[in-house]
Amino acid sequence: MKIKDEKYHRLFQCIAYTVVLLITAACLFPFLLIISASLTDNETILTQGYHLIPPAFSLEGYRMVFQFPDEVLRAYGVTGLTTVVGTLGGLFFITMAGYVLQRKSFKYRNQFAFFIYFTTLFGGGLVPWYIMYTKYLNLMDTYAVLIIPGLMSPFLIILMKNFIKSAVPEEIFESAQIDGANEFTIYARIVLQLSLPGLATIGLFLALHYWNDWFSSSMFINNPHMYQLQYYLYNVINTISFVTQMGASSGVSLGQDIPTESTKMAMAIIVTGPILLLYPFVQRYFVKGLTIGAVKG
Amino acid sequence: MKADLVASPNAPGKKKREELPLKKKKGFLHELITNRIMFLMLLPAIVFFLINSYIPMVGIYYAFVRFDFNTSLFNSQFVGLENFKFLWKSGALGRLTLNTFGYNLAFIVIGNMLAITCAILVSELRIKWLKKLTQSIMFLPYFISFVILSVIVYNMFNYETGFLNTMLKTFHMEPVDMYSKPIMWVFLIIIFYLWKNLGYSMVIYLAAITGISEEYYEAAKIDGANIFQRIWFITLPMLKSTFVMLLLFALGSIMKGQFDLFYQLVGNNGLLYNTTDILDTYVYRSLKVTFEMGMATAAGVYQSVFGFVLIMTVNYIIRKVNDEYALF
Repeated sequence: MKIKDEKYHRLFQCIAYTVVLLITAACLFPFLLIISASLTDNETILTQGYHLIPPAFSLEGYRMVFQFPDEVLRAYGVTGLTTVVGTLGGLFFITMAGYVLQRKSFKYRNQFAFFIYFTTLFGGGLVPWYIMYTKYLNLMDTYAVLIIPGLMSPFLIILMKNFIKSAVPEEIFESAQIDGANEFTIYARIVLQLSLPGLATIGLFLALHYWNDWFSSSMFINNPHMYQLQYYLYNVINTISFVTQMGASSGVSLGQDIPTESTKMAMAIIVTGPILLLYPFVQRYFVKGLTIGAVKG
Repeated sequence: MKADLVASPNAPGKKKREELPLKKKKGFLHELITNRIMFLMLLPAIVFFLINSYIPMVGIYYAFVRFDFNTSLFNSQFVGLENFKFLWKSGALGRLTLNTFGYNLAFIVIGNMLAITCAILVSELRIKWLKKLTQSIMFLPYFISFVILSVIVYNMFNYETGFLNTMLKTFHMEPVDMYSKPIMWVFLIIIFYLWKNLGYSMVIYLAAITGISEEYYEAAKIDGANIFQRIWFITLPMLKSTFVMLLLFALGSIMKGQFDLFYQLVGNNGLLYNTTDILDTYVYRSLKVTFEMGMATAAGVYQSVFGFVLIMTVNYIIRKVNDEYALF
């Protein structure tokens, strides 16, 4: 019996390692393709196509982006601004809402929780939403419209509610109230301190959303100077006239040998860079958020 | 829980129920005054959902009028169901519904199966750092923007320089033009969905597996169960509740398409619409590209209402079968 079990175990371990490593490789593969392409000489790409290992190494792509950095930097600025303002604002509103909704002395908490949850069940659709922001709030081509729609979501509010519930013991509210603290003081002085890991998770979810947002720009922004980073990249990939645009904006005629293919890929790496760099440090907060969020509240 | 309540009439749950009507007499206004600080704290969220969700619901009426950006909603000419008729006659509705529904179903079924498999395999890895590393790498695509996905697709499949054709050429085979092969995109969309979302659901299943008590496995080992039997008879049954929960959440939004995924993969490539167009991309295109506002609103309302009816039905059935799993 023992020997047989050992055999099965070894067989299983073999299968596990092979399958997991294969899938991991498949997950990594597209990144490697892009990194490789961004480091390849443009001429080589045009004649031989994209490879997994650069046939002819070159930093031309990156040099090209940094030669005329105005556009990229501006897009970086727009995304940076919306990410910071949106994340901080969203955190403030979401934590307040989450705090109130888990507070036992707030009698209508279930009704308001349903008021928020219902928006995931039913809505007016894209067009009325679009008209609301453009026609009635008149927010076309403003930074506000890049920030406001992403500030809150039912998922994040419920997640925050559950976080506070599990992190702050009920007695603390009572003793703080006896000491004469009002609800906002309890929230700001005690609850926020105690739910810092929750704040980190929610904040990172918000920041990721804003950083990766291209949809808001495509919906609401006509002025290319206000494009978010991702939408800027989207346009670079999808416009053949990219080079001429860059030439025109910098006032320099760029001639024929412009490394467009490798520049596109270098641009993709530059746009994703911050996420790739931060990822190892922040991913555990997402894991935490998912495991707590999966608990129904 | 419920059996408990019936058995002991003094259970705390029952007490609360008796007290509730007494408190209610004081009413909303009294509550508003005593808890004014909390109402103020909740106010931003209320205003946000009013603006972002509830007031736009009034705009459903747009589906029943002739759209004109310069006149206000209720001064627009009422046309009844004309927009819907138009949508129906265009013949797109059936295809859009089927695509939206079908893709989501494929995502749910294949996605969960793959996530469960991966979670079990990863949890059985013995080398700690490798376990962490593989999990991190599988989760990574979730953090990448969908625009990068379109870069990847361009890199792999564009006709002149794409990686696929580069490979085919090295092996002296005919290059393939993916953009004229609609059927291939069904697979590509599903594969890239899995690529992007595998890590996300795997993390949830991994957490559930970590939560299973070691004792079960020890006991099974003593009884002589091998590793395959342990997985089949312990791990899989223990994952059932997580699976059902994720499944029901997903079923609730089965009419909501993955807009970012489809739009970044396919874009406005008309050749591929037959197999890749979903309600969300259709609405977006009607709004931003072809400017058919009537059709866009009508399709949006159709999606919302149909989706809502589906959720209510699913939730009703779940309530009948097993109350604990109900969505609300």
